[in-house]
Amino acid sequence: MVTRNVSLWYGEKQALFEVSLDVAERQVTALIGPSGCGKSTFLRCLNRMNDVIEGVRIEGEIRLDGEDVYDRSVDVVQLRARVGMVFQKPNPFPKSIYENVAYGPRIHGLAAGKADMDDVVEASLRGAGLFEEVKDRLEAPGNSLSGGQQQRLCIARAIAVSPEVILMDEPCSALDPIATAHIEELIDELRRNFTIVIVTHNMQQAARVSQSTAFFHLGKLIEYDDTDRIFTNPKESMTQDYITGRFG
Amino acid sequence: MTDIADTAGVAPPIVRPRQLSPEAAQARIRRRYRAERRFKAIGLLAVLTALGLLALLLSTIVAQGYSAFMQTNIQLDIFFDPATIDPDGARDRQELARADYTELIQDALAKAFPTVEERRERRALRGLISSGAPFQLRDMVLDDPGIISTTQPVWLLADDDVDQFWKGFIGRDVPEDARRIKDQQIQWIDALASAGRIDLKFNKWLFTNGDSREPELAGIWGAVVGSFYMLLVTLALSVPLGVGAAIFLEEFAPKNARWVDLIEVNINNLAAVPSIVFGLLGLAVFLNLVGLPRSAPLVGGLTLTLMTLPIMVVATRAALRGVPPSIREAALGIGASRIQTVAHHVLPLALPGIMTGTIIGMAHALGETAPLLMIGMVAFIVDIPDGPLSPSTALPVQIFLWADSPERAFTERTAAAIMILLGFLIVMNAAAVFLRQRFQIRW
Repeated sequence: MVTRNVSLWYGEKQALFEVSLDVAERQVTALIGPSGCGKSTFLRCLNRMNDVIEGVRIEGEIRLDGEDVYDRSVDVVQLRARVGMVFQKPNPFPKSIYENVAYGPRIHGLAAGKADMDDVVEASLRGAGLFEEVKDRLEAPGNSLSGGQQQRLCIARAIAVSPEVILMDEPCSALDPIATAHIEELIDELRRNFTIVIVTHNMQQAARVSQSTAFFHLGKLIEYDDTDRIFTNPKESMTQDYITGRFG
Repeated sequence: MTDIADTAGVAPPIVRPRQLSPEAAQARIRRRYRAERRFKAIGLLAVLTALGLLALLLSTIVAQGYSAFMQTNIQLDIFFDPATIDPDGARDRQELARADYTELIQDALAKAFPTVEERRERRALRGLISSGAPFQLRDMVLDDPGIISTTQPVWLLADDDVDQFWKGFIGRDVPEDARRIKDQQIQWIDALASAGRIDLKFNKWLFTNGDSREPELAGIWGAVVGSFYMLLVTLALSVPLGVGAAIFLEEFAPKNARWVDLIEVNINNLAAVPSIVFGLLGLAVFLNLVGLPRSAPLVGGLTLTLMTLPIMVVATRAALRGVPPSIREAALGIGASRIQTVAHHVLPLALPGIMTGTIIGMAHALGETAPLLMIGMVAFIVDIPDGPLSPSTALPVQIFLWADSPERAFTERTAAAIMILLGFLIVMNAAAVFLRQRFQIRW
C-alpha cells in the first residue's frame, strides 16, 4: 500500500498532516509514537474505517495495488475484505467459535459448501495457532475463551477472508505477557503470507516484531526507516528523544 | 513554576486554611445527619404511600368483584318430554335445536310448587329462573339425545335478582316496593333453600359468554376475543414499523442532519398526543375516508398502532444503543455491509430489549379505551367476533359499558372484569420482566 500526503480532519480539528508512507509487501510495518499522535487514526484510514465516524474529512491518496481506495467506484465492503483489521480489545462475535471464523467467508461467498467451509475454518484457526486448543469445542461461544485466545480468534476471523493486508491496532495491549508472546510469534509467521501494519505503544514490541518502523508525533510522520536503523541510529532528534524515553 | 522563578528567593505568603471551632463543627455534623435522616424518611413515606394507595385500589376492586365468580343456580327435576321437544321421534338435530325448552322449565316449576295457580304468580315463579336457562337444556339434549324421555335433576341458572338477593346484596329488611324481588319470591327461595335446591356454583358463563342485557348471562368472552384480534393487528403493524423506524434512525440516518432531528422530535411528540385525538383520526381516516367496517378490531388495531409506535421506537433505540460499538466495528472490519452488520449482529443482540418494549407496548394498548370510543367499539355487541373485520368490543370498553348499566348485578361484574383485565396486564408485564432477565447478554 502507498500513501501520499494524507491529511485528516475531525470536524475543524486536523489530526493528520500530509503523511506519506509506503507499506512494503509481506513485511511487518510498525507505527509508534506517544498517545494521541494519530497512528491509530492513520491505520483506520487504510481500510476506510474512519468513514463510520461523523464529520471526518480526508485529503490525499491512499493506494492499494495501485488503486485509490477512496475512489468513488471502490466498494468499501470489498476493500475491507482485502484489508482486514484486528482491534485493541478482542471483540469476537457472541456466536460459536466456528461461526466467528465462518462469518466472513460466508458473506463474501468464499466457501462452496459445508465441507469447504470446514476446511476454511480449520485452515484459519491453524493459521492463528488456535486450532489445536479449540478443535473439540468449535461450537462453544467465542467469549468463553481466554483473552489471548479471543485475540487469536479475531486474527483467525480476519485471515479467513484471505486479505492482502492485516491492520492491527495495539493487538496485545489488553493481554498478559505470555499471550503477547504467542501473538508476536504468530505475527512473525503470518508475515510470510500477509502484509501487516501494526500500531503499538510498546517500543520494544515494535523492535521485536517489525521490519520497518514509522514514528508519528502530533499527527505528523517524523521518521520512517528500517527498524534496526530507527532504534540504533535515528536521523531525527525527536525520534531519538522518544526512543530513549525523554518524552511520551 | 514561573512565579517562583520570578520572585527569585522570596517565599510566597503562606495561607492558613480556615478552621471551625469544635462546637461549630459538631453542630454542622449534627445538622447534616438530621437532614439525611429527614430525606430518607420522606423517601420511605413516599414509597409507603404509593404502596398503600395501590393496596387500597386492589383490595377495593377484589372485595367488590370476587362474588361475581360464583353464580346462584336452582336445581329442578326436568322431565325431557319428547312430546314437546321431539314430537316425531326423529332425533333430528335441527329440530331439537329449535324446540321450545321453556315449557319443560315451566312444567318442572309447576311440579315443585303445585300451590301456585294464579297467572301473575306463575309469571313471578318463572321469573326466578334466568331467561337463558332453556339454552342450557337445549345444549344438554344436543350433547346427549339419550336423555329425552328421562327425568334429570338440573342446576339451572337463576335470574340476576335472585342471585343478588341470595348473595346478600339485597337485604330482607328493605321495603318491598324498593326492591325488584318480591316477598312471595323470597318465600319460594326459602323453600328451595330448605330443600337444598339453591346454591352458588362457579360462574363459567362469565368467561364463555358474550355481552348480554341479562347480567347473569353476561360474559367477557366477546370482549376478550375482540381485544385479542385488535392486539394482533397492532402487533403486526407496530412491530415492523417501530423497529424499522428505530433501526433507520439509529444506524443509517446521519447524526447531525436537521431533518433527522425533526423526525425524532415528531415521533416523540406522538407519545404526548391525547389518546382521544387518535380516535378522531381513526374516525376521519379509517372509517370515513378509507371506508373500513365500523367497530372492527382492524380499525381499533390501526388506531392503537399509532399510539404504540413511539413506545416501540424508543424501546428499540435504547436496545440498539445497548449493543457495544465494538461488535459493529468487528463486523464492518471483516467486510460486512451496513445492512449485514445490523441484521446479523446488532439486531439479534438487541432482541431482548425489543421484545420487552413490544410487550410493554401491547400491555399499553390492551388498556386503552378513549381512542376506541370514536371508532365504534363502544357498542353493545352480543356475538363473539370471528375475525378482525367483524364488529366487536374490547375488554376495557366492556368494563366501561357494564359500569354504566343499571342492574345491581353489573356492579360486581364490572369489578370482576377489571380483575381479569388486571390479571392479563400483570401476566404480560411479568412475561416482559422474565424475558429481559433470561435473555440479557452479559458482556
